[in-house]
Amino acid sequence: MIGVLSYLVFFATMASILAIAVLGLNLQWGNTGLFNGGVAAFFGMGAYVTLILGGLPQPDRLGGFALPYLLALLGGGAGAGLLAWVVGRCTLHLRHDYLAIATFGIAITFENVARNASWLTGGAQGLRGFEKPLQDTFGAGLSYNAGFLAFVLCVLALVYLFLERLVASPFGRLLRGIREDETAARSLGKAPARIRLTAFVTGAVILGLSGGLFATFYGFVSPQDVLPILTFQIWAMLIVGGSGNNLGAIIGTVLVWAAWTLSGWALSRFAPLDMQLYTGSIQYILIGSVIVAMLFWRPQGLFPERLLISRPARSRGTTSGQTGSTDT
Amino acid sequence: MADPILTAPILTARAVTAGYVTGLPILREVSIDVAEASVTVIIGPNGAGKSTLIKAIAGLVPVSSGAITLGGTDITNIAPHAMAAHAMAYVPQTDNIFRSLTIRENLELALRRAGSARKARLDKLYDMFPPLAQKRDEKAGALSGGQRQFLAVANALAVNPRLVLMDEPSAGLSPKAAQEVLGMARDLTRDGVTILLVEQNVTQALKLADHCYILAEGRNQVDGKAADLLGDPVVADIYLGGKRVRATT
Amino acid sequence: MIQSLLDGILVGAIYSLGAIGLTMVMHMLRFANFSHAELLSVGAYCALVFDRLFEGLLPVIANNIGPLSLTWALLLAMLVSMGVTGLTAMAIDRLIFRRVRERGVPQSMVFASFGVALVIRNVIGLIFGLSPTFYSNDIAFAMILSQDPLILVKPDQVFVLIAALICMGILHLVLSRTTFGYALRAVAENPSLAQVNGIRLKAIIAAVWLIGGGLAAAAGVLYGLTNQITPLMGNDLLLPVFAATIAGGIGSVYGAVAGGFLVGIAANLAMLVVPSGYSPSFPFLIILVVLMVRPNGLLGEERT
Ligand SMILES: Nc1ncnc2c1ncn2[C@@H]1O[C@H](COP(=O)(O)OP(=O)(O)OP(=O)(O)O)[C@@H](O)[C@H]1O
Ligand SMILES: [Mg+2]
Repeated sequence: MIGVLSYLVFFATMASILAIAVLGLNLQWGNTGLFNGGVAAFFGMGAYVTLILGGLPQPDRLGGFALPYLLALLGGGAGAGLLAWVVGRCTLHLRHDYLAIATFGIAITFENVARNASWLTGGAQGLRGFEKPLQDTFGAGLSYNAGFLAFVLCVLALVYLFLERLVASPFGRLLRGIREDETAARSLGKAPARIRLTAFVTGAVILGLSGGLFATFYGFVSPQDVLPILTFQIWAMLIVGGSGNNLGAIIGTVLVWAAWTLSGWALSRFAPLDMQLYTGSIQYILIGSVIVAMLFWRPQGLFPERLLISRPARSRGTTSGQTGSTDT
Repeated sequence: MADPILTAPILTARAVTAGYVTGLPILREVSIDVAEASVTVIIGPNGAGKSTLIKAIAGLVPVSSGAITLGGTDITNIAPHAMAAHAMAYVPQTDNIFRSLTIRENLELALRRAGSARKARLDKLYDMFPPLAQKRDEKAGALSGGQRQFLAVANALAVNPRLVLMDEPSAGLSPKAAQEVLGMARDLTRDGVTILLVEQNVTQALKLADHCYILAEGRNQVDGKAADLLGDPVVADIYLGGKRVRATT
Repeated sequence: MIQSLLDGILVGAIYSLGAIGLTMVMHMLRFANFSHAELLSVGAYCALVFDRLFEGLLPVIANNIGPLSLTWALLLAMLVSMGVTGLTAMAIDRLIFRRVRERGVPQSMVFASFGVALVIRNVIGLIFGLSPTFYSNDIAFAMILSQDPLILVKPDQVFVLIAALICMGILHLVLSRTTFGYALRAVAENPSLAQVNGIRLKAIIAAVWLIGGGLAAAAGVLYGLTNQITPLMGNDLLLPVFAATIAGGIGSVYGAVAGGFLVGIAANLAMLVVPSGYSPSFPFLIILVVLMVRPNGLLGEERT
């Protein structure tokens, strides 16, 4: 019984942490149409910075500043935001491919640096030496984990409320306007690159917070935690849920995370022994297929965006694409 | 010159309704007849739907009702790449040549279906347009405005068309170059080619054309012999009174 | 130094081959194709299969060509693989990308390519196993070009460079001498005008996939010949190939060739000063520098 309960708490905590990340991505992709191929880097930046700022001093490493936990966590979000600012400044004024490629590149580079810069990141062994906050008050085990879950849920709720208000605000309408028809937005005197940068950085901060919570949960992070598959998982969650819809994004997270853990469990339980090595590959194929299948069958996700504005831009794009008119 | 009312038209459009977006017609029930080996000009204010009509004939804008025929064959909503098969060519108003290709490459591309006759026909095009022959190995992007229009027309002629659709071929050209381009259109009719063109350059166009259609707000307004319209006080008032004539001409 | 330059040129040739197809697809279909590098893996493994098959069927051709570890069987397998991979690329477009494209949301393409890459990579892993393989287990001995400074080159590497240059040369002839090549360039510059001029866009797009897939397969085989074949090779080569594409300018075939050599040489020279563990990060730095200094690349044109 306790076992089941512990597992549920674990599952809920992970799902909530990932849901925060999916919300961050939703701001970038769902609301603003920015493709982030390096979710893992921003998540990882949040995780690493949180542990570096909040961890205990280590002899052979820079870092371990033992800052108060909340400060460390916010630092993690800020670190991710900074990373996003650098990438965004270089790419957001260019055609959208460049952002996709640059974010993909930053993910590879981030993992590579995490693996090699042992003086800062602990290298392949990862970062240790982090005391979970308030461990004395809550003790170890289930009670601590339940308390942490409550904290994560609070953060999730705050992020959710923040994003809902943002999306409903004039700024949110601007984001969708730019997503649907950039030329029109520009002709209204808005600077799309600036606004997109704001949205991209904000989304990255949220991704970083999620990474920080993840690192807190395990008290540890290593390059294994920032592999590209994380990017794919978070994408699949958003796409299944419905990009543009925050509530849908959260539900999508729970569904995909449940499917992921369940498939992992089923494969380890029922797959023949010589196939065990390949359970990862099978799961990756599943994730990739989910992404492609959703694009075919339900590109708007299970819970589509509630349309607040009409979108003639999209339908026109389709027609003129087919007719290929020359003189416009 | 042949009068469209007397000879059977080679191109007809009957009550054509067409537009870029479904449910939003730009052309409403437009009808025109174009006589073989004639020059027919379409004029009208900006946004009247002149380019849209040309593009609807070329299969570039979907026609939702009505019919277009060429030499008796129905060509409503043909695939744009099938135009050559119907011996029809379209010269867009802008971006009508491949700038990154040389002049020779542009022409050889246009002549790619000519088979063994390619060489001879290339030479014939060079004869027609001596400036192009001189610059044959230069990038087409380096040509002057008038020469570009010549190249665009030469490209169009490569498929041996019966009908050439031209969208404002003289736009942006010097008066002399404009005169040359329009004169060439006239010359082509001597070889039996039919020309349907859109012009802003109303006086020049009316002097040169056989027949003229005036469009406004996507509908037929007036049509008649070009020479008659040139003298028509109403037309003169609307289109030749200076108000509608572009300053560039 | 000279050794690094040489190694850079050799690996650069492989990047160039990969980047040519990517730049054409990215330009014509206007999306960053994250699955392109998987075609290198497909090509490498496809050649492996045919190599074994040909060796089995005709043991005579299993002999090495001169000092190379390359056999006639593998050379033949490489050509077959180029065709098969090209057709695979066409098929993927037909089955997936075209359908997504017709739905009309441009950014979905990037995204679909992400999913496709993940599926291809892991299906290859499932079929062929996750551990590295080699075309030949012979140890290839390097030739000493010069004693001081010591410069070593393996015969296979020379073959790689020559083979890559031959592929590029053929492509150059096609683009600059045939009306088919003119049509490719015409569509790249102005697809709607090309269509008006009677060029079938669908046929050209299919041709682009065929060429891009074929060259990617060649790159994959050549990479496998000088390194190893693993299901992750596409993943590892993706960023350098993207960097080559961006450095050359999206849409420019010659830019892609130049970009490939640039990325190969720059990354190898950088390894003289930075620990080699960081080498996977170099292409990203190159991308950032290019975007800051010359966003349209060496030979690209401005596009929005
Ligand atoms: N690609 C397009 N998509 C949607 N609407 C278009 C497109 N091109 C033109 N239109 C609209 O169709 C109408 C007619 O345009 P068209 O280009 O046919 O006019 P025109 O008579 O050629 O004018 P101009 O003298 O300026 O060339 C205009 O209202 C224009 O806004
Ligand atoms: Mg017009």
